[in-house]
Amino acid sequence: MRFVDEFRDADKAHALAAKIAALCEPGRQYKLMEVCGGHTHTIYKHGLEDYLPESVTLVHGPGCPVCVIPMGRVDDAIHLASQPDVIMTSFGDMMRVPGSDGSFFDAKARGTDIRMVYSPLDSLKIARNNPDKRVVFMAIGFETTAPSTAMTLLRAQAAGLTNFSVFANHVTIIPAIKAILDSPDLRLDGFIGPGHVSTVIGCRPYEFIARDHGKPVVVAGFEPLDILQSIYMLMLQLSQGRSEVENQYSRVVPWDGNMVALKVIGETMELRPYFEWRGLGFISHSALKVRDSYADFDAELLFDVPGVRVADPKACQCGEVLKGVLKPWECKVFGTACTPETPIGTCMVSPEGACAAYYNFGRMNRTRVREAQVTRS
Amino acid sequence: MTTDRPPGGWIAEALREHEEHEKAEAEGAGRGHSHDAGRAARAGDVSHRRELPLADRERQVLDRIDRARRRRAKVREERITMSHGAGGKATHTLIEAVFLDAFRNPLLEPLEDAARLHISGSTVALTTDSYVVSPLFFPGGDIGDLAVNGTVNDLSMAGATPLYLSAGFILEEGFPVADLTRITASMRAAADAAGVQVVTGDTKVVERGKADGCYINTAGVGIIERDVNLGVANARPGDAIIVSGPIGDHGVTIMLARGELDIEAELESDTASMAGLVAGLLDAVPGVRALRDATRGGVATILNEIAKSAGVGVLVSEDDIPVRDVVRGASELLGIDPMYVACEGRLVAVVDGAQADAAVAALRAQPLGERAAVIGHVTEGPEGIVQLKTAFGGTRIVDLLVGDPLPRIC
Repeated sequence: MRFVDEFRDADKAHALAAKIAALCEPGRQYKLMEVCGGHTHTIYKHGLEDYLPESVTLVHGPGCPVCVIPMGRVDDAIHLASQPDVIMTSFGDMMRVPGSDGSFFDAKARGTDIRMVYSPLDSLKIARNNPDKRVVFMAIGFETTAPSTAMTLLRAQAAGLTNFSVFANHVTIIPAIKAILDSPDLRLDGFIGPGHVSTVIGCRPYEFIARDHGKPVVVAGFEPLDILQSIYMLMLQLSQGRSEVENQYSRVVPWDGNMVALKVIGETMELRPYFEWRGLGFISHSALKVRDSYADFDAELLFDVPGVRVADPKACQCGEVLKGVLKPWECKVFGTACTPETPIGTCMVSPEGACAAYYNFGRMNRTRVREAQVTRS
Repeated sequence: MTTDRPPGGWIAEALREHEEHEKAEAEGAGRGHSHDAGRAARAGDVSHRRELPLADRERQVLDRIDRARRRRAKVREERITMSHGAGGKATHTLIEAVFLDAFRNPLLEPLEDAARLHISGSTVALTTDSYVVSPLFFPGGDIGDLAVNGTVNDLSMAGATPLYLSAGFILEEGFPVADLTRITASMRAAADAAGVQVVTGDTKVVERGKADGCYINTAGVGIIERDVNLGVANARPGDAIIVSGPIGDHGVTIMLARGELDIEAELESDTASMAGLVAGLLDAVPGVRALRDATRGGVATILNEIAKSAGVGVLVSEDDIPVRDVVRGASELLGIDPMYVACEGRLVAVVDGAQADAAVAALRAQPLGERAAVIGHVTEGPEGIVQLKTAFGGTRIVDLLVGDPLPRIC
């Protein structure tokens, strides 16, 4: 199939794998973080780690939007959805994210009207078709999905809708990367930069990583060959002692980003002073709220939001996993109390979450395959 | 306003249970093994973790997970959610923890598509299935032929010749009679094609809003005349795994027919009776060990049932699995995997490896099986695990889905 198969060619993968292996210095360990959950998903779905030398480890970063939503925020959303005459709309990924007393699915089973949408614009259709209801869109995601929320706000205002609002939970990627770089227990050699986020923000915002922290960044696409090539580009930089921002995904990502998208975000939303991230705690200027000029569409102003705060369960180590300090399986409750059926931590919910990806696709993968090879040789 | 609250509900319960198991395991390890092993069982304990090499620690954790997975199924939710109907893990848990627990008997326990009964010297297959598809009419079929073909296929998978069906209708007040006539006409046509008769039925009408137009339940009986005892528990290492044609057509057709996605594609449901296809296969190949129709949960779910029931491993190759380009394309766009998408006229066969070619030839001899293919084989281990060799050249696990395949946001 065109536009898919050419990015999954096993022969090209073997050639790239050989080039990566050739760049490994004997005795040196390489830890590369893929920031974006979409990359994590690709890596596991295609079994990409089977191509990497043992000395190259991929660390799964915080770029899974549902994984960083704190439990209290889910409780707040369920509280909103339970108000009289409210229809809440949400992306499919959110449906299973646990709050302190169950997920959207559980709330739905208790009678609240929560509907899955593919685009926030679908919420406007629902609002128009249900004039006696109040439709609240649960907006989540990084800069990738923020423009579509912004467009929805613009259109809602243009159409003069009075029964639509947004519960904004958009987060921004750079503060999260900063939090990880400042984390004392972390040793990373380079970053696979998020592809879709960069379509919007461009590559410049990562320059501080290369300049101030001396770590190379390669913005990558989402096909398995994209990721393998970006690993090669990172390894090449490391072997040459360079630390630069490079763009592997130039077929989609403009260096300066998408000015139109940035403009509509800026028009409709503004930075919050701080926002709570699952596992990472409060990070300043790391999330977006609806701008005052769109106050009529801000669910946080229209409704009484309780502002629930739920301490992460002690056993849950999502924070360490998100920062890449722990491998998913090193978490105390991984696979026992916390499974995709009953996810305690958000990393176990979305197929982009590091834990869910490892649990679903990767269990016993690399280590056991290697062990088998060692036994044979 | 801010309120603090501790996690409650099933989360608290899962954590409490986890602590109990941890304690029991740590004590067991402390008694039976060295001190180190006891420590390592508590894998989150950073200060002690350096004592074992990475690979060993990962293995310990994975073994612990396997133990957790073998524990008795338990429904944690207080209410039924949509996940319980999606055919994945939540459905399996519900069946085992509620239905099997209540009705347990040796005929039910194999959880095959149809029960196998011995009545006055004959072997009879009995099955039932309810149909709630939305929309009721879709490209390639409607709820009527689905209700006949689905039940006929469940009987066929037991190696039975389907004979008689019952049909129960739950109709919503206001449902157009013209639609009902259209549905019954396609049921009649499907029954004729499959060689079965609808011989008994039931009608109920519920108030507007209490149902979605029309639901149908059908039950079916068939007679097993061949000397076969098909079941996924029969799978042995070396057996071939075959699918009878391209997968995912029905599920993707329905998703697109709902009209929420604004994607148009040349695609029809694959709903069809497989009675003839199965008869042809069983006539030609004595070494068929199990047949399943890959409905809800898709081929991936069947493969997991094979691995778990027979205590074997399953290894399939992505390159060999027939999927139409339009299904692949739609799945890529929606972020779902065709392996989990429902079919209504495709079977998965487990066949003695030596007879794999004969089986494929027998299937291909019929129009419904034209694109039949061997997609992989049964392995000694790892027990209960399905692995996929990806087209890209890697390997990954194909697990049961938790609930419906949820579209990803980015």
